Amino acid sequence: MTDASLNPAAPKSLLTADARTRNRRAAEMRFRMIGLSAVLLGLVALVFLMVSILGNGVGAFRQTFVEIPVMLDPAALDKSGNRDVEQMKKVTTVGYGKLIEKALGAELVARNIDTQGLTSKDIMGLMSKEAPADLRNQVLANPDLLGQTITFNGFATSRVDGFFKGRVTMDSALRDSNISPEQLTVAQAMADAGLIEVKFNLSFLTAPDASELRPEAAGLGVAILGSAYMMLIVLALSLPIGVASSIYLEELAPKNKWTDMIEVNIANLAAVPAIVYGILALALFINFAGLPQSAPIVGGLVLTLMTLPTIIIATRAALKAVPPSIRDAALGVGASRMQAIFHHVLPLAMPGILTGTILGLARALGESAPLLLIGMVAFVKDYPAAPPEGLMQPATALPVQVYQWTQRSDPAFVERASGAIIVLLVFLLIMNAVAIILRRRFERRW
Amino acid sequence: MSVMKLSASVIAIAAVSATAAMARDNVQVSGSSTVLPYATIVAEAFGENFDFPTPVVEGGGSGAGRKKLCEGVGENTIDIANSSSRIKQSDIDLCTTNGVAEIMEVRIGYDGIVFASDINGPEFAFTPADWYNALAAEVVKDGAIVANPNKTWADVNAALPAQALLAFIPGTKHGTREVFDEKVIVEGCETSGAMEAFKAAAGGDEDAAHDKCMALRTDGVSVDVDGDYTETLARLSANPNAIGVFGLSFYQNNTDKLRVATMGGVIPTVESIAAGDYPVSRPLFFYVKKAHIGVIPGLKEFVEFFVSDDMAGPEGPLAAYGLVSDPELAATQQMVADEVPMGPLN
Repeated sequence: MTDASLNPAAPKSLLTADARTRNRRAAEMRFRMIGLSAVLLGLVALVFLMVSILGNGVGAFRQTFVEIPVMLDPAALDKSGNRDVEQMKKVTTVGYGKLIEKALGAELVARNIDTQGLTSKDIMGLMSKEAPADLRNQVLANPDLLGQTITFNGFATSRVDGFFKGRVTMDSALRDSNISPEQLTVAQAMADAGLIEVKFNLSFLTAPDASELRPEAAGLGVAILGSAYMMLIVLALSLPIGVASSIYLEELAPKNKWTDMIEVNIANLAAVPAIVYGILALALFINFAGLPQSAPIVGGLVLTLMTLPTIIIATRAALKAVPPSIRDAALGVGASRMQAIFHHVLPLAMPGILTGTILGLARALGESAPLLLIGMVAFVKDYPAAPPEGLMQPATALPVQVYQWTQRSDPAFVERASGAIIVLLVFLLIMNAVAIILRRRFERRW
Repeated sequence: MSVMKLSASVIAIAAVSATAAMARDNVQVSGSSTVLPYATIVAEAFGENFDFPTPVVEGGGSGAGRKKLCEGVGENTIDIANSSSRIKQSDIDLCTTNGVAEIMEVRIGYDGIVFASDINGPEFAFTPADWYNALAAEVVKDGAIVANPNKTWADVNAALPAQALLAFIPGTKHGTREVFDEKVIVEGCETSGAMEAFKAAAGGDEDAAHDKCMALRTDGVSVDVDGDYTETLARLSANPNAIGVFGLSFYQNNTDKLRVATMGGVIPTVESIAAGDYPVSRPLFFYVKKAHIGVIPGLKEFVEFFVSDDMAGPEGPLAAYGLVSDPELAATQQMVADEVPMGPLN
């Protein structure tokens, strides 16, 4: 001891390790290293995933727009001349396309931009095919615009968009049948003149899906709505059913072989692959009950079935964690069984139940396999109406949109699929964060 | 108790709206993933320019689509099945059993199947016989039937580059595979004379010889891709030495990454396929449930719009995307206008 206090910098154990001890320590060290490398491997994979998704997907939130003044010629758009919307609908997008084509050509002349000998059709090729439809909707929504010159803000085509984001180069345009280097030169000149601009693209979150001819216009609007509707249904059905059945099984049911069997079945159902629920839903809800295809109600019901076991297991665990003394005390002062459960046990178990429910919802949000069989993996362009009618109308879901976009041939959809993954991940992160906050703030430990 | 009440009312609402919302007002389409992009393009334009809702278009494969079409008549069944191969007798039988008596067969145009390699690789000029000799399990060498010994394209045909054999071909669940088998492998088997040798070996049995022709080697040279063309493209960029099989429209959207090969000396383009010069092409169809016309709003209008010159014609958006328009489109338009159901398969 005196030695040690004299030289505190080098306290030395008196024990000299023998071979066995050294072996034991080496084994411990190896185990630590294996554990550490497992964690590191996981981290590397996560970083790689995030970098590749963010690298590919961030571009989807920014889009190239062409801004030109367009004179809305009443002679071309309203032949009857009485501003009757029904009459004006007879002018199709083709008519509006010609109008934009003319306006674009005129603006290039006015700004002194060299057109590189391109025809006006080639120059119109810089604009998205969505642009005429966009303009038509604007005019039909507000017929008073006729006769005015408005500033029209339309999407540029996906190749031009890719050019400003670095995906398309002059070299690749040379080999690309959808765009030519001359068109890109004109686009660059337009950008220098301030006619083309890359800016934040809200329509990626609000617009519906678009066909392969106009990837620039594709958005997540219908998918987000569809996912939201399904989550509403899942929450409204699985929480009460799940909580009621857990309370019964945990607090009221007699312990016999029937309840044992139910318990085993619930645990098994939680592990059943999601696609199996899709097959069940097709047979039960569509073929037997006659519910419509592609509708969020069917999707919501399937996901409810899928989430129920998870919620029941979480709820039972939460109920079990409430100490028996709470129940005994309530019963002891004369509360009925029901009062003891609803006044004392359930409120104490609530944080655990909510956490389990949110985690179940998060899993349901990311699920696409069961939706494949009920027709929700589809091209849906119209927004579903507000609930309850909207629950019966076709919609898609976020993971489904990711799946569909990865299958499209136009390279611009790669960016949008990654963008959709980012949106999905943000939703999942929010849900998981809420679950953690609930658990941290309200959970009681005994 | 509020929990109980809530769940009861939710179930009640669901039940009420289920019965109220039986009337479907949108057209429902399902089937081939090859026809899917064309159908979405038409659906989008239809929704834009007509007062009907945009049709809902699903993929899932030709066979699955036809099976769904034949599930029965009623608003919870689909109206149109897209198909990249002709309907089969078994489908028609299933339809008849389930009460789907009349279906209309609409041919929208033709699709070419192209062979493409990495843009930075050498040029290829194939014949069906080259593909047969490259991929078949057994080939004829010096008059004898032997297991395929070829290792490079130059072994197959001295005019081709000495690049190792590796091909990504569509898996057997794809309609494209059927065309590949018939128009490339079996064709090559015949022109190279192997068919005769197989027939002689099998004692004149033509079916056995046919099956022998279509048996592909299993030593990793011919790789089935069960996903779609995006997967083939991804695999091609990982293996720049390989040759991939694509649809013409997919190739046209990725001309900056792929170098297309000629087949029998013909470059695949919309024009060469329309003229019938390019050998590997197939018709694309969709099948309409006639009982739903007049029940589902907009169904007939959608079908008519699909085959109109504005859409499926040679100047239309479908041709721009890679569909080879049908020279007999006018007859199809007349057939749709008169709602003529298809006759028995011949």
